[in-house]
This record gives sequence, C-alpha cells and structure tokens, in this order.
Amino acid sequence: MSIYFILTQLGQGFLTTILIFILTLLFSLPLGLVVSFGRMSKIFLIRTISKFYISIMRGTPLMLQLIVVFFAPYYVFGLQMGSSFRFTAVIVAFVLNYAAYFAEIYRGGIESMPVGQYEACKVLGFSKAQTFIRIILPQVFKRILPPLTNETITLVKDTSLAFVLSVVEMFTTAKQIAASETTMLPLMIAGVFYYVFNLIVALGLERIENSLNYYR
Amino acid sequence: MKILEIKNMKKSFGNLEVLKGISLSVNEGEVLSIIGPSGSGKSTILRCATMLDHMDEGDLLYLDEYAAKSTQGGKSIYSSKQDLKRIRKNFGLVFQNFNLFPHYSVLKNITEAPILVDGISKKEAELRAQSLLDKLGLADKSDAFPYQLSGGQQQRVSIARALALQPKLLFFDEPTSALDPELTSEVLKVIKELAEEKMTMVIVTHEMQFAKELSDRIIFIEDGIIQVEGSSKEIFNTDNARLKEFIGKFGHK
Repeated sequence: MSIYFILTQLGQGFLTTILIFILTLLFSLPLGLVVSFGRMSKIFLIRTISKFYISIMRGTPLMLQLIVVFFAPYYVFGLQMGSSFRFTAVIVAFVLNYAAYFAEIYRGGIESMPVGQYEACKVLGFSKAQTFIRIILPQVFKRILPPLTNETITLVKDTSLAFVLSVVEMFTTAKQIAASETTMLPLMIAGVFYYVFNLIVALGLERIENSLNYYR
Repeated sequence: MKILEIKNMKKSFGNLEVLKGISLSVNEGEVLSIIGPSGSGKSTILRCATMLDHMDEGDLLYLDEYAAKSTQGGKSIYSSKQDLKRIRKNFGLVFQNFNLFPHYSVLKNITEAPILVDGISKKEAELRAQSLLDKLGLADKSDAFPYQLSGGQQQRVSIARALALQPKLLFFDEPTSALDPELTSEVLKVIKELAEEKMTMVIVTHEMQFAKELSDRIIFIEDGIIQVEGSSKEIFNTDNARLKEFIGKFGHK
C-alpha cells in the first residue's frame, strides 16, 4: 500500500473538507451579523429569541445538531429526503452553529465601539446605514479579527464531524483506510493536511490583519 | 437674525433634573460662551441643542424653524425625520475628544460628509477640504491618519470636518479639555480666527481668559438654570458672589 494511494484517497476527502469549510463561512458570517443584530435588538421578543438560539447552539454538541438537522425534515414534516440531503444537512448545521458563535463575536466588536463615533456620524448627517457600513463595520472588523481567526481555525477541524452523517470528508477517508490496512499512517497524514490547511488559513488572516494596521 | 433659539429647555436623566428651564438665543455672527462648574448642565444644553439627546420640555428653533415644539402640557414634540435632517445642516459640533474616524485619512475625514450628505463631487469636496486644511495650518497633513497627529492637530481636523459642511452655527463642547496648555493655545487660536470671520459659535469652555476675550455674550449656568447672563465685561466684573468665586477658581484675576 503506497503513500501515493493514501494521498489520492485523502485528497478526494480533502476537497469535501474544503467545500464544507468555504460554504460554512460563506453563509455563517453574514447570518451571524443578522443574529447579532437580533441579539442587540430593542425589541424584547427578537432579543429573547436570538439569545435562546445562541444559547442552544453553544450549549449542545455540534454532533447532535448535525443529527437533528438531518432527521428534522422526516420527524417534523414527514418528508423523505434523498441521500444527497446528507451534505446539505451538514452545511445547514454548520452554518447555524457557527452563526451563533460569530454573532457573539460581532456583538462584542460592535458594543466595544465608542459612542462618540455614532454621535459624530449623527451630527454630520450620516444615515444609520451609512454610519454602520462606512464607519462602524470596518473598525469592528479590525477589532474582531483575532477571535474570528480562532473560530475559523476551529471550523477547519470541526469539518471532521461531517462523518456523523456519512459525508465522506478527509477524516472519514483516513479512518476507513486506517481500519482496512491496519495502519496509523493515513491518520497522521490527515493530521498534516489539517495542520497545513490551518497554517494557510492563519497566515491569510494574519495578512489581512497586517493590511489593517495602517490605522489604530 | 436668530440662528438658534431655545425656550424653556428641560431635561431629566431618571430622577435627576439636569436642565430646569433654559432659554437662550444666538444671533448671526455672535459668539456665546457657556461657563459653569462640572455637572451644571453645560454639556447637556449642547447635546440637546444638537439633538444628540432629546429634551423633555421646551422649544428648539433654528432660523425660526421649529426642530422641537412644546405642546400644551410642555412636552417637546420633535419635527419629522426629513425636517430634522434638513435642520441639522444648520449646525456643526466639535467634540471634546474629537471623535475623528480613525480608519480614514485626514482628507477623507473631512470630505466624507460633504460627499455623502450634501452630494457634492469628490473633487469639489477635496478642494474644499484642502483649503480648510491650509487655513487651519494642516496643509501637509491631508494623507495622515488621526493616530499620527497630536491632540491639537486632531482637534483642528475635527473643526475642519465640521466646517466642511458649511454650517451657520458651530458648537464647541469643551474643545480643549483633552489637551495640554500648549496644544490648547493652537486650538484656541483657530477658534479666535473663526470669531474674527464672524462665524456664529456657541462654546462650552473652562478657558476663562479665552471666553473673556472672544465672547460677545457669556452665560453662567449652575444647577440647571442660567444664573447670570451678560457681556464679557459684565460677567468678569460681576457682583454675583458665586460667579466671582467660580471665575476666581479658574485662575482668572
């Protein structure tokens, strides 16, 4: 059994890993912002619902959330979903889970902004949207980049949980080969893959951080 | 012509009545200073006048147009959003701690509002900004970021930012309180120049000498009411024991 075989097998799983990673970020980052607005809403009901949502997402295992999302259509609506739903369920569960974490990160950033920035905008006549998009959000983004990096790196590793719904990503493949060939090697190689992937993610985010160092 | 008129302004925070009925007006070209001890309500007047806070009772008018009008019971009713947006264009505010936008260059700090709010072209906004920077002695700072500037320079940028919208009235909320004496003098010099150009200004300040030299009228406020109002001369030669004591404490002979 060759390293080449292991690599090509893991490589295919790795594509799924990357896909889960990208899709999750793509949807959970904006959704997180919406949830954080809900969490900071002046309307009690919206605030409470958002709080409850975040509490559930952070308070239960992601593995369980994956299972719940996958079986919900059947148990709640009696719908029979095809096997292609497995991947969709993985993405939906990841997005819902990560949006909750991102929401709290956004909230921390937004609430840390000095009130003077809002007041300056108001006196200058900016609309609320102009204030948020041009003045507040860019500064918030700079402030929250370190915790955002943390969460993103955790996401890379969390993608391995997709095995729960039999979505074959890299870790699943590694385990399968390891079991059939009775060797630790594929798992070790998978570890290297994760590490290198995370290294690239971390370096990329560090570059963004540095590019924002033109102001304090 | 009256640029600003406040009638019987009242404002409470919880049970604390901060303003107990303030009435004042500012004519075109006039410099009005508001002095008084900390917690007397000076800044609250400014915050209510600039609509950062809403007053509970009273009238607020700019150029004889109501921004807020008291009802029969006294409660202030504010005008519609569109009206307030238009009325807001009459004034600018310079904050104690500048509140510049740290992620924008000096130039962009100044041009952003004229472009977004007044809808003038970028080129025109930049010309306007550059001439303001020249005037305020910051000609070479247009590409700098706020953190690269001294406090005095930052405050001058924030004055330029307010002036770029060409307001009819400029409010200053303790514009030098965050600055050391040297930086204070460079900011005061700029404000003096504006006064010489007959810019209408309302200044909350602890700089007694400055207020004395500059103001057409001074208001001494304590406990949420105007205790003494008069010309600079009248204020500094007052018989009012409390005002005398207050001015004396600030090192004015």
